[in-house]
Parts: sequence; C-alpha cells; structure tokens
Amino acid sequence: MDSPLLALEGISKRFGAVQALDGVDFEVRAGEVVGLVGDNGAGKSTLVKIISGIYSPDHGEISIDGVPITIRSPDDATRLGIATVYQDLALADNLDVVANLFLGHEELSSGPARVTWQIDETSMEHRSHELLERFAVTIPNVRTEVAALSGGQRQQVAVARSLLGAPKVVLLDEPTAALGVAQTAQVLLLIKQLRERGLGVMVISHNLADVFEVADRIFVLRLGRQAGTFDVNRTTPDEIVAAITGAHLHTEDVSGQGGRT
Amino acid sequence: MSSPAHAATAGPELGPRRSPLHAARRVFQGDLVSVRVIVAIAVIWIIFQAENGRFLSAVNLTNLVLQITATGLVSVGVVYVLLLGEIDLSVGAVSGVTSALMAVLNVQHGWNPYLAIAAAVALGIAIGVLQGALFSSFGVPSFVITLAGLLAWQGLQLYILGSTGSVNVTNGKIVGLANHFYSDAAGWVFAALVIAAYAGTTLWSLRSRRAAGLADTEATGPIARIVIVAAATIAVVAVLNSDRGVPLAVMILIAFVAGMQYVATRTLFGRHVFTVGGNAEAARRAGIHTNRIRVIVFAISGAMAAIGGVLAASRLLAVDQSTGGSDLLLFAIAGPVIAGTSLFGGRGSVWSALLGAITIGSISNGMDLLALQSSVKFMVTGAVLVVAVVVDALARRNRQTRA
Repeated sequence: MDSPLLALEGISKRFGAVQALDGVDFEVRAGEVVGLVGDNGAGKSTLVKIISGIYSPDHGEISIDGVPITIRSPDDATRLGIATVYQDLALADNLDVVANLFLGHEELSSGPARVTWQIDETSMEHRSHELLERFAVTIPNVRTEVAALSGGQRQQVAVARSLLGAPKVVLLDEPTAALGVAQTAQVLLLIKQLRERGLGVMVISHNLADVFEVADRIFVLRLGRQAGTFDVNRTTPDEIVAAITGAHLHTEDVSGQGGRT
Repeated sequence: MSSPAHAATAGPELGPRRSPLHAARRVFQGDLVSVRVIVAIAVIWIIFQAENGRFLSAVNLTNLVLQITATGLVSVGVVYVLLLGEIDLSVGAVSGVTSALMAVLNVQHGWNPYLAIAAAVALGIAIGVLQGALFSSFGVPSFVITLAGLLAWQGLQLYILGSTGSVNVTNGKIVGLANHFYSDAAGWVFAALVIAAYAGTTLWSLRSRRAAGLADTEATGPIARIVIVAAATIAVVAVLNSDRGVPLAVMILIAFVAGMQYVATRTLFGRHVFTVGGNAEAARRAGIHTNRIRVIVFAISGAMAAIGGVLAASRLLAVDQSTGGSDLLLFAIAGPVIAGTSLFGGRGSVWSALLGAITIGSISNGMDLLALQSSVKFMVTGAVLVVAVVVDALARRNRQTRA
C-alpha cells in the first residue's frame, strides 16, 4: 500500500500552560476527504495552522508522500502542495472573479508591454474559465465583481483560487458556515470534485450533516488528543457527538448510541 | 457566458442586464459613474450658457481648461490615495512648498529650469514617502499624518520663500508650461495620434480576446467607444484651435491622466492598489507587500501635487505665501469624489480627476462670468460635493445589499 499523501505523527503543541495538541496522528490519502471535527478549543485550528505553516509543532513529524518535511512558513506549505482556504474568505469584493482568482499571482504580459508590468488579462481570463469549468464551478460571468456573487459562489471562488497552484492537499476551514442550503450543496459538490481529481481534502466543520455528506473518514479531536477516526459508512452522528463531547471514549464500540456500556 | 452549463445555473440577479431601466439604474447607482458625471457637466454647461452667452465660447473654454490643469494634476495623485481608502490633506501644502522651492532655486539661485522642476518633484516624492512611511508603519490614520503635514509644509513654504514672501517666475521654459499654445496643424496631429492610439489599443485587445476564444468579443461596443472618443477629441481640438490653439498644459494633463489610468488599471502595481483598497487583509494573505504599496501611493500623491504646483506657478507667473492654499486642496479632493471615486477605497478611476476638475472648474468659471461672489461659489461647490458623496454612499449601500 502506498504511503498517505499527508501524514502527521505524534504532533504536539503547547501554548504556555495550555497543551493545545498532544501526540496527534493524522493522515490524508489521495482522493480522500477527511472531516476534522471537535468542540471549540479541541485543537482543530492549531492542527490546521501547523499544516498550513503558521505554527510549527513542538514535537512530531510531518511527511508528504512518505517523505519527511518541515513546514516553516505558509509559503513553504504552498510550495509543498498544501493549500488552505480560510473561513473568512479573504476575497477583495471590489475586484472581479478573475482578479480574485489570481490575487498575488497575477500573470504579466509577454509582449513589449511587459516593461510596464502590464497584467495579461486575456490569459488570466482564459485560465479562469478553464479552472472553473474543470471543477464545474458555476459563475455566470468571470468579469462580475465578487461583491455581486452569492455566498456559495464566493466560497467556490475562494476554493478555486487555492487550486490554481495545483496543490495536492486542500484544507477547508468551515467552508459551509453561513451558507444557505442550495449554496452549501454547491460547495459540497465542489469538494467532491476535488476528491474525484485525486486531491487529499481536509474539511474542518461544525456541521455534522455536511461532514457526513462529503467526508470518507471523520477525525475527532477532543481536548488536544485524538478521540478516534470513524469511517462514515460505519458510524452515526450520535457516535461522533459522543466522541466530541467525551460521553464515551471507546471508538471500537459502534453499538453504544446514546447509552453507556 | 462561456458555456450553456453556466447559463443554466445563473441566478436571476446575475444574468445580463440589458433593459433600459437597468441601464438607467446603473447610471444612477454607481456602475456607470462617468456617464452620470458627463450628464452633470452637460447640465452645468447648459445652465451657464443660458445665463451668459460667452460661457461656451472658444476663448472661455480655453480659459476653463487652463484653470483646471493644476487642480486636475493634483487630483490624479489624490485618486490613488482615495483608491487605498485613505486621504491626503497635505496635497495643497505640498504643491505650494514644492513650487516655492522651484521658484527660489530657479530665480534666486539661477538653477536650470528643468533641474529646478526636478528638485520640486523630488521634494514632493520625499514628502510623500515620509508621510506614507509614518502612516503605514505606525498605523496612524492618514488624515492625521497629512493634516500635520499640511501645517508643517506650509511652514516650510514660508521659510523657503524668505522675507519677501513672494517670487515672480519669469523663466521662459517654466512660464511656457501653462502659456504655450500649439499651432492648428500641430493640434490636429495630436488629435490624430490620440485617436490612433485609442483605436489601436482597443482593437488590439479585442483581437487578442478573440484569439484566446473568450466571450464578449462583439465589435459594436468597442467601435462605438472609438467613434465617441474620436468625435470628442476632434471637437475639443476644433474648439481650442478656434481660439489660441491646443495649450501645452492640456497635453500635460491628458498625458498624466491617461498614463496614470493605464498604471491603475493595467499594471501589477495598479491591481495591487485596488486590492489593498478593497481588502487589505486579503492582499496581505495573498503575499502583496501592503505597506510598500501604501508608501508608493503617497509618493505618487506628493509627486502629482508638485507637478500641479509647478503648473500653477507657471500660469500665475509667481509663487507666494498663499500658493497652494485652501481652494486647491478642497477642489483637488472634491473633484475625484464628485466624479465617482469612492472615499471608501477600491473603486474609482483616474479619469475622475479630469472629469471632477472639469465639473468644479465649470461651476467656478461660470459663476465668475456671472460675477457671483466667492461666498456663493463655495456654497454651491459644497452642495455639489455633498450630493456626490451621498450618491457614493447610496451606491455602496446598494452594492452591499446585493452582496
């Protein structure tokens, strides 16, 4: 069996007196969606920030395709093929979809106008169409200001932007928070597209219905420790809730819905 | 729309808006601001022409364009600052102190006129860099930093001008900037060049979009725009030629407006200015050096204030203690705002510097022709500014409810 796309082993992180993460093992395989759930303060954000290069772990190893690596900065993470889409979007409302997709990575003209740092709008628009069509993202006009898009479309643009750098692993932080039913469905469809394209996807969410809809595995954190990994086809929301809240801690017990063993 | 699949899922609010009602709404709600401003200018002109038959004469229109060049040039820099969502209250004082430096170096120290102008622009850039660095590194609101600048640079201006407090500019090169007129033939050559350049770039961009297989490649819109620009250019040159000819000052203003519009809309730097103005946090996360952008923008503002100051000194043939005083600052900021550049950042156009200067200049010039007192002029201009800012705020609220 080939090694996982992204693997974390024995990751620990302490902030002063708070042990945010304690010996966490985590992995994502190619073409797999892993849901990361846990109560507030369980360490989800810390784990995401370690993977995306904002924090470095105190202990533990990270490897990509079985090769041990260190991630010192967000730029490192991007270079290693890890893309993070944050909850608060980070889109510029006053710019159109094309400009937002290429934010900070604009293409320059190849002709003589390059001396003026001219942006190659034609090429960027062309690539935007390709990208959005490849992932079946439905934006009627890529020259629309992002301010005029629905919440779901904005989230799709934010996700699509992370795909321009051709990442291997995509981390989505609360991708469906504050979205309506139809818009949530659009975003979940996009996540499934990422899986079909062989990417490893990590979805952090409070919404168990969404996690069950889209994830293959659910990874539960509780008070900085892993409270179990569950196959979505062989678990129930009640069992996940129990693992999140610590109502019972035996992950192999799948019959104990709501009751104590 | 690039594919039927896109069209099928387009929400009703995102479909193409082609009905006349929608077009009218776009004009008044902010999407087509420049049309709104041009309509406003036309109304102003009709009113003044009805009151005084000399308003639209070639002589007066030539005077009008000469009156607006200094303000328009300063406004070009102000537009960049407004695009960041900031404000630069020091532009009037900077134009005063830099033109004072130029006049003193040229007249009292015998510097070469071009060198003196270069020194003025360099001082403007240095002031802008200083203010931009103070603003971006300490996070002090830009209006406080530039308000302090306003006071400090006015003081420096008095110091540079010395005990006489006034310097007459007599050098032919400097005076020529605002007082040289080209021959009729040269005027038509400029018109031909402007039209050819506009048509060339428009058609080139259409061609490359077609070559890349993109949507929106109908030729009707671009050709209509070329015809409008050509007609406007020919009309302007015809009017100017029937008086003293095309002034060099107008060429300078148009060149800066067009050049800085290109920088704002087509280059990497301009895109980053719009991004920082729209969402500074998004810009930072995307790896844009936001503080560097801010410092450069304030440097541009200082440079344009200096260039405007040089033109003002050239037109008035002198620099004194009141050069760069209150009118210039207020009009240079009010102009772009009246013409649709948002005070909230991220939205606007360098053309608004020109259109705003024409709007305010027309009101001012027309009221002079009617021999109204400056008390009335200030109140009317203030009312126009209030209307423009309210329209901007309404357009912004409308965008937010749509989003």
